[in-house]
Order: sequence, then structure tokens, then C-alpha cells
Amino acid sequence: MASGIKDKVVIAGMGCSRFGERWSCGPDDLMVEAFDEAIGDAGLERDRIEAAWLGVFFDEQSTGKSSLPMSMALRLPNIPTTRVENLCATGTEALRGAVYAVAAGACDIALAMGVEKLKDTGFGGLPERTKGTFEDLYLPSSTAPGAFAQLASAYAERYKITMPELKRAMAHISCKSHENATRNPKAHLRNRITEQQVLDAPAVSYPLGVLDCCGVSDGAACAIVTTPAIARSLGKRDLVSVQALQLAPSNGVEMGHQSWDGTHTLTTPLAAQRAYREAGILNPREQIDLIEVHDCFSITELVLMEDLGLSDLGRAPHDVLDGRYDRDGSIPCQIDGGLKCFGHPIGATGLRMAYEIYLQLLGRAGDRQLRARSGRGPSIGLTHNLGGIPNRNIASVSILGLLAA
Amino acid sequence: MAWASPPVRKQILGTRAVANWDEDALTMGVEAARSCLGPSSGEPQRELDPQSLLFCSTTSPFADRDSAVVLNAALGFADSVETLNLASSLRAGTGGLIAAARRVGTRTLIVASDARPTRAGSPQELTYGDAAAAMLVGPSSPAALAAIVAVHSVGSDFVDHYRMSGAGFDYALEERWVRDESLTTLVPKAVAELLSAAGCGSESVRHFAVAAGAATAKRIADACGLGSARRNETVLNDCGDAGAALPLLLLSAALEDAQPGELILLAGIGQGVDAILLQAHAGVSNRDPVLARTLARRREEPSYVRYLSHRGLLDVDFGMRAERDQRTAHSVAYRKRRALTGFTGGRCRRCGTVQFPPSRLCVNPECRAADTQAPYRLADSGGRVKTFTEDWQAYAARPPYVYGNIEFAEGGNLLMEITDIDSGELQVNDAVRFVFRIKDEDRARGFRRYFWKATKA
Repeated sequence: MASGIKDKVVIAGMGCSRFGERWSCGPDDLMVEAFDEAIGDAGLERDRIEAAWLGVFFDEQSTGKSSLPMSMALRLPNIPTTRVENLCATGTEALRGAVYAVAAGACDIALAMGVEKLKDTGFGGLPERTKGTFEDLYLPSSTAPGAFAQLASAYAERYKITMPELKRAMAHISCKSHENATRNPKAHLRNRITEQQVLDAPAVSYPLGVLDCCGVSDGAACAIVTTPAIARSLGKRDLVSVQALQLAPSNGVEMGHQSWDGTHTLTTPLAAQRAYREAGILNPREQIDLIEVHDCFSITELVLMEDLGLSDLGRAPHDVLDGRYDRDGSIPCQIDGGLKCFGHPIGATGLRMAYEIYLQLLGRAGDRQLRARSGRGPSIGLTHNLGGIPNRNIASVSILGLLAA
Repeated sequence: MAWASPPVRKQILGTRAVANWDEDALTMGVEAARSCLGPSSGEPQRELDPQSLLFCSTTSPFADRDSAVVLNAALGFADSVETLNLASSLRAGTGGLIAAARRVGTRTLIVASDARPTRAGSPQELTYGDAAAAMLVGPSSPAALAAIVAVHSVGSDFVDHYRMSGAGFDYALEERWVRDESLTTLVPKAVAELLSAAGCGSESVRHFAVAAGAATAKRIADACGLGSARRNETVLNDCGDAGAALPLLLLSAALEDAQPGELILLAGIGQGVDAILLQAHAGVSNRDPVLARTLARRREEPSYVRYLSHRGLLDVDFGMRAERDQRTAHSVAYRKRRALTGFTGGRCRRCGTVQFPPSRLCVNPECRAADTQAPYRLADSGGRVKTFTEDWQAYAARPPYVYGNIEFAEGGNLLMEITDIDSGELQVNDAVRFVFRIKDEDRARGFRRYFWKATKA
């Protein structure tokens, strides 16, 4: 009988490149930058890694297909490598592969690498892509902001909140993330912004303005995972373990059935509930110390607070404006600046989130370091990704925590 | 455009019908046919469905790809319907009507449609219009609007205007020459032959519908002895000269004006004359004024520059997003043709759930049964807006690109483009209906593809 992933695998080391418009770097440079930090952090040699997972989404815009780009960039010694892709949950999917391999006892030490080079397309914004040979014949050619913006019109209607009120809560979310990123040298955007600037920003897709949307950037992040015993043999004392790793993909209901009302993601609650169960968390609002969620757009983060069970239905705007998710609130969200300030190099994002949780749990987050209510450091963090669009997506939730001694 | 040519200045006040960027002769034909027939069940031939379908146009989007077949599929009719295309003449519509009349005992749907390209600053830019008209012709019935009494057709290679295949625009010759040398001799001669064959005098004709501009129409009428017959002016004033569709629009206007028993004389003109004598029947008394309603339901296009862009007369830089490759996987388009052209989804026989596209496994999370869906046509259904956005970033011929989740009346959901809409006009819960429109164009390979869109009901 399966018992879940909790505490079977720990993180030996992590690395994260600087995110941004890295004009002088290709995907191989980004992978090397993240990997060098991770190897140094883990304190082991490259050749001790026995298997590796590469997450990259827009391969046609950067690396090309298969896992070979990673094997070649890092000169791995012909170990088994796998490329994975699950839309914006790709980074977490890479972590999942590496973690499961170690938990299964198939190998001792595995690497999860996520990378994305989005700035070689020649223009701002995400590149156009096919949605499938059949899908292209009947679906609108929606953009990411356009798809997520729709949450707002439905949410405002269902909870009878005016659009200006909703936009104020959305603006608060963006400002909060920017404030957090002023303390993060790896973030792409590190400037403070005001709520009025967000409200006045040029329209992108009603009701989202430019400052409600995360940017397009390049980056890589990676994790080296192993068993608790091996980690201790490397001299590690405080260990960050994987306590839950759950996915919930759409199966067509949101796209084609009337039961979905368009105000939330159907999948995130499912992934979250499974993750809380796997990690043994009974009261997420009390037990989770910090969260990194998929704030591709401000409205997405707002809705996710409810989908993760951290705000009651219809109450997220109030809780957001009340500061619950600010740096000094009870559940800091995007303490590193989030997608809003890092941008969204798709393959890397899930691992960048894990990187911040990892640093926070080990007390290595510098100016951004959080203290839990008890006065000690945080001990449990949650990452969430939403790959795709509200109609059709994959939600991933991971929970990382300090391994009890 | 008044700065460019003095004759244009004289006609500066007026209205003409302009197709939206996502309309062409085929899509307008579908809309006219649906308006004529009412909802189709999508089931194989019902009693009153047409047995034959004629698509009549001088501006069919494809020189070689059967538009009548596409039209038939968009209407949800069976493949067994006989489909014909009439082209290359402004008498394509009246020719279709005559052909249908000669096929006694057959129900024929005639769809005449033209979206007429015009050069910037040309007289035609102001006088042409884009429109479609559809008429169902068949055996006598109590609901019939009119009967065709007599027909007389004559050809004459009088090149008043022309357009070579592949050319963009018509080339028109001097109006006075056309009027004096051809129309005011050719039409009266044809009308005289027609009335003689029918055994009635010109004074018995109550309505005269002739496909010509107002001033010329008056001259023709006088020359035919039909000066006192009623002539409709709204079609040309509010719509314009809609090519192959014009005679049928004029006939439609006459039928909305006629009393039972009255005679209507229709003259289609295009290198010849199709003269058709009709008698209004009892059905005109409770005739649905669809033409008047259609003319009233117009949207104003305030921007001449945007109009030029939509007609392909102005090459606007829409940015790199517009470079996207719109290649069609034709084997997929064929495999899914009923869903795509006929907007036909599935209805699960086990749980009743309506869904689009149809699938092997039912989308209802409580059901998910395999291979239980019967075809279910959604084109004539309706829905409401569940979510929407106005996307200024996406490539659109007419920004913003508006799309949203549409919940069908009978259940089910689909993310759809919303058309004939401008920023600020849409709200959640708005009622919508569905229309057949151009989805996009593959400029690299020269292929236009179609799908259904939502529009405010």
C-alpha cells in the first residue's frame, strides 16, 4: 500500500540563475549557472549524480527536443536523462521525476533542472504556438493574459464585487510582490510600484493592465535530491524534505461541461487537498508558513488563495487587502517576488519557487528571511504551479518542510 | 475620399452595406439561408429540407472548391442534397431562380451572395454593397409567398463592366453609354416579350424590381411602360448594389410590400436580362419582414481607415503575432468536418449531456461513458456569456480580440470568439447566438478557413 512521498527524499543542494532578459546567455549558460551553484551547495561532484530530469517548455524557441541539451551542456557522464513538459508545471514535473527515482530506490542521487530561454523570439510576449491540429481549427487564438483575464469577469459577477474593487485587490497583489523583490538580487524586476500605477497601466486584456501581468524572461533553477541518509553523510544537518508532490490535470470538464463556472481553477483544490493529505497537514492556514503560487497574472494569485483553501470563497479580495499575504502577514505569498518579478521562464519557475522555500527553511534567505509566529524560522512551505489556462490546465502543489530530526 | 475625385463628392451622403472582416460571400450566404429556412435539426433530410442547393455569386471565395458543398454542410443538411454553383455573372441569382422554377417538383434553395471589392476612391466604393439573399423554391403550398408566372431570358455581350478571373476589382464603363445603348433598349424588349408570353399588359404589373441604380431604374421603367409600378428604393439606399444578390433583395422587398394577387416583375441584369413575372400569393399577408429587420439591425463603421484595412486595401503592421503560421492539417479538417462546418457536437445517450466537440468519452464527470454520443447540432441553439475578455495583445483584424466561455442553452461549454462587437459592449450573462464566419487565413498557402462564433443575440 503506497504511503506517499513524505520525508523519503531530501534536497542536497539547489541553484538558481539570475532571472531576466539575459541577452548574453543561451539556455546552456543558464543551466551551467544554476548547476554550478547547486553542486557547490550540495558539496558533491557532478559524476555522483546518477539520473537527471530536464524541464523545458518552448523547446522550439530554444533548446530543441529531448533531454540531450542538458546532458550536453553539463557534460553529464552519459547517465539516464529525461525531458519532461507539463506546461507551466514543467519545473515541478522535473522535480517529481528526480524525487520519485530516489524514493523508488532506483538511484541515490538525482538532478532536476528547469530552464527556459524566452528572449530569442525577437519580440516581447510569449511566442504564438499551435494548440493542436484540431484545436487550432475551432478554438480562439487566445493569449495567456486573455485566458486568465476571464477569471475576473466571472469572479466579479459571481461574488457581486465591482470591477474597480476587484482591481484594487489585484493591484495590491502586484505591489506586494514588487516590494518583496526589492530584497532579491536574482529577481528580474526589483522596482517598487504603487497601486495607482497598476490601475493606470495600459490595458493588456480586460481587465488586466501591464502591471497585472508577469513579464517574459530567461532563467534556470535546479535541485539535487537524495535520501536523508546520504544527505547526512555529506555533512548536512538541517534537511529540507519533500513532504508532498501532487498534480491534478483537467480532463475536459472546464472546457466542455456546464458545471464549471469560470471563477476558479477546478484542479488546484484537488492537487492541494491531495498534497495536504500526503504531507499530513490538517490546518493549512495555521501550519503553512509561506507560499509561492502561480501569479502569472494578479487575478490568478487572488483566485488561488481560495483554491488552496487559504481564503474562504469570495473572501480573497478582502484578505489580500487586509495584508494576510503580505510579507508581514500570516501567510506570506511570493516572498521572493513571484512570477511577477522573476518573470516566467516556464521550465524553470517551479524549481525557482522550491529554491526560495529551500532557502527560507534553512535560514539562508538574507534580507528576505521570514520568522514564523513562534519566533523561529519557517518550517513548512508550499509551491503551486498552474500550467495552461483556467479552462484547461495542470495544477501542481508541492510541500517542502524541515525534516524532523 | 472627396479630395480625390469630384464625382464622389456628389454622392457623399449615403449608406452602403460593408461585410465585417470575418465575412465573405460564403458566410453571408450561410446567414441568409439560415434566416430563410429557420433552424435545422441536423438530422438527415426532413420533409421540408431542400433537395437542391444553388450558390450564386460573382465573388465566391474559392475559384475551385465547392462553396455550395460548404454551405450545405454549414446548414447541417445531408450530403445527398444536390449542390450547384453559379458564378461569373450578375445574373447568377436570377439565373438560379429561373433554373429552380424550371425544375418542377423539386425543392431548391437559392442563395445569392456577393461581397464586392472596390477600389479606394472609386464610384463603386459608394454604390456597391455586400449582401446575401436566400429563397426557397418548390411545389405549391398554402404558405407560399408567390408563384413564378413567366420567364424570359436574353443574353447580350454588352460589356458594361467586367472582371477577369484573379483580378481584384471590377472595371466599369461609362454609365450614360450603358444606360442609353443597352439598358433602355434591352430591358424593355425583354419585358415586352415576357408580358406577351404571359398574356398581360404592363399596366397590370404592380411592382417593378430592376437591378439598376435609381435614376437608370426610372428611365428603364418608363421605357417599359412600368412608370407607375412601385419601385423599392431602400435596398439601394441602405445596402447598395449587392451584385448577384441584388435582384433577390429587390424581390424580397417587393414581397414585403405586395398584397395577394399582385404582379411583380423582376429584371436581373448582367450582359443580358433575366425577366421574371411573379404573382404574390396569400402567404404575403403574414410575411415576416426579414429584409426590413435586417436593414434596421446594422452597425455603423465609423472608421474609413479600418474599413480599408479590412478590405485588404491598406497594409497595416499588426506586429509579429500576425506572422503566425496558420497551416491547416486538411486530414484533420476533413475528419472533423461535421463538428467544424456543421457546428455539430454530441449528446450523450446515457446522461443527456450536450458537448462540443463530440468525443469518444462523455465529458460529464458523473458519466464518462464510451461511444454514447449522438450528433447534436449547436448552430441554431444559443447561449450566454459565462466569462469574457477583450484582448488587446492578441493579433486581431479588428482589435480588441473578444472571446469567452459560452454556456450553451442546453448545457455544455465552449471557449469562443465573439464577433460584431466592440470594446465595452459585452457583459457576463449576455445572451448570444452563433454565426458562421471566417476564422482566419493562411496567407502563405492561400487558404481561408471558417468556424462558428458567438454574437450578441
